[in-house]
Amino acid sequence: MQVEFELLMPKTLSEALTMLAPAAERGLADSSTPVMPIAGGTNVIPDLRDGRLRPAVLMDVSALDVLRGIRRENDLPGGLPGGLPGGRHGGGFIIIGGGTTIATLLTDPLIAQHAAALRQAAAVFANPLVRNRATVAGNLADASPAADTAPPLLVLDAEVELTSRSGTRWAPVEAFMVGVRKTVRRPAELITAIRFPVPPANSASAFHKVGLRKADAISVLSVAVLVECDADGLCHKARIALGSVAPTPIRARAAEDRLQGQVLTPALIEAAARLAAEAARPIDDLRGSAVYRQRVVGVVTRRLLTAVVDQARKVSSQFFGESPTPEEQSHATQSHHTQS
Amino acid sequence: MQPKVITLKVNGRRHAVASMPNVTLLYALRDLGYTDVKNGCEKGDCGACAVLLNGKAVNSCLVLAWQADGAEIVTNAGLGTLDRPHPLQAAFADTGAIQCGYCTPGMLISAKALLDATPHPSDGEIREALSGNLCRCTGYDHIIEAVQLAAERMGE
Ligand SMILES: Cc1cc2nc3c(=O)[nH]c(=O)nc-3n(C[C@H](O)[C@H](O)[C@H](O)COP(=O)(O)OP(=O)(O)OC[C@H]3O[C@@H](n4cnc5c(N)ncnc54)[C@H](O)[C@@H]3O)c2cc1C
Ligand code: FES
Ligand code: FES
Repeated sequence: MQVEFELLMPKTLSEALTMLAPAAERGLADSSTPVMPIAGGTNVIPDLRDGRLRPAVLMDVSALDVLRGIRRENDLPGGLPGGLPGGRHGGGFIIIGGGTTIATLLTDPLIAQHAAALRQAAAVFANPLVRNRATVAGNLADASPAADTAPPLLVLDAEVELTSRSGTRWAPVEAFMVGVRKTVRRPAELITAIRFPVPPANSASAFHKVGLRKADAISVLSVAVLVECDADGLCHKARIALGSVAPTPIRARAAEDRLQGQVLTPALIEAAARLAAEAARPIDDLRGSAVYRQRVVGVVTRRLLTAVVDQARKVSSQFFGESPTPEEQSHATQSHHTQS
Repeated sequence: MQPKVITLKVNGRRHAVASMPNVTLLYALRDLGYTDVKNGCEKGDCGACAVLLNGKAVNSCLVLAWQADGAEIVTNAGLGTLDRPHPLQAAFADTGAIQCGYCTPGMLISAKALLDATPHPSDGEIREALSGNLCRCTGYDHIIEAVQLAAERMGE
């Protein structure tokens, strides 16, 4: 590459955090040089080549094993922000290391069981070559409106763990991205993990991306939904998130509010889908017009909601209802498995 | 910028090379003589530069050489030789899946990664697995056919 930079290669997390700590804190004269992390490089390297990025110093975080992997924890050390104890819903949390690749999301059993929307996003993310390098932290830190992990993480109520030498803080994904390629990450912080509460068994989630081709497409728009409801279709919780229709991935709160506490009839789903379309503030660009995006958001939201409500109701009737149909019975065998 | 000596194990051979921080694995490999690794776009779009990095198929243009320090790399030339081609390489030749040949080494790497994980892929699985590899010549059909043929032959 034409562009020149120094490259730091920390071997441990604490070494990495020390390298990121403001130069002044380290007693160095030159305090003006922020150090830029590089993980999979799938955003950074094309940006370096195009001249969109000119960092003086890059720091490789791809060798930090502590940033990789997916686990479930029932009690979080330190509890939740605001002094709440860990383990909301009694189900604990799924914790994804920031350096986990998209390829890992696609094959991980915890993600398959508890976060169908995230797995589905991983399946249509870039192509297999890119998925083997691209990381979740890199996707969120890049903060593209089209970042495909964002809508699923929004409906899962996920939070980003930001770690610096002076400690750790958690930011909801929704508050983390504040504009096109803008986040609240401070220069001295690394994204060390992403976590979300394990959704209850009587919930289901899904993701759909509209691209210009079947694979390796950038989102024209994307929708993720999550619904928790009982066997009669009474909705306890609804989440709807949209990608590529605003400067950041967004939640469609008016649409969510329309569903929560109500019985989920087709008419109600239709109304919520219309509200989701209204929440979209898309632009015209080479991948699609604003009018197209807004209409299709409504269609995709309706289809996804219909599918997940059906799934969540079936699971609910298995646990709380009477005499399920044979079809429900076979589905319930699978969902029983997801309970363990 | 200062160079650093890194080690790369390529197709079973160890190399120690002095490399600058802004050199990608693609250039490091080509400079070592592994010119079967092709430079198409240098931004992750075409897959011509694909190699196996510690067993995983990646775009070598999106990896800094220093990030690959100590890694095991397999290029197309490491899959087989002219005398003893890999079944995928033989099948590509037999089905006419190669025209100009520029995309072929990358296609073979993605196809190898697919068959390692999924020995009997469906048509759709092959297309998905090769979705990061562009071909401007063949129209893809013969390439899909080649992967199917190789899978059959390897299953025998
Ligand atoms: C061909 C191609 C197709 C693509 N398709 C898609 C797609 O379909 N959907 C999609 O969403 N994206 C896509 N992308 C974009 C890209 O692959 C993703 O955004 C990816 O997740 C970035 O991760 P990375 O590890 O490669 O990040 P890098 O490029 O290494 O870094 C990206 C940003 O994150 C920062 N960063 C990385 N790790 C950390 C950390 N631990 N803490 C703090 N900051 C960090 C970097 O400083 C940089 O600002 C595509 C890219 C290419 C080249
Ligand atoms: S040269 Fe690496 S993907 Fe095109
Ligand atoms: S054979 Fe020419 S690019 Fe594929």
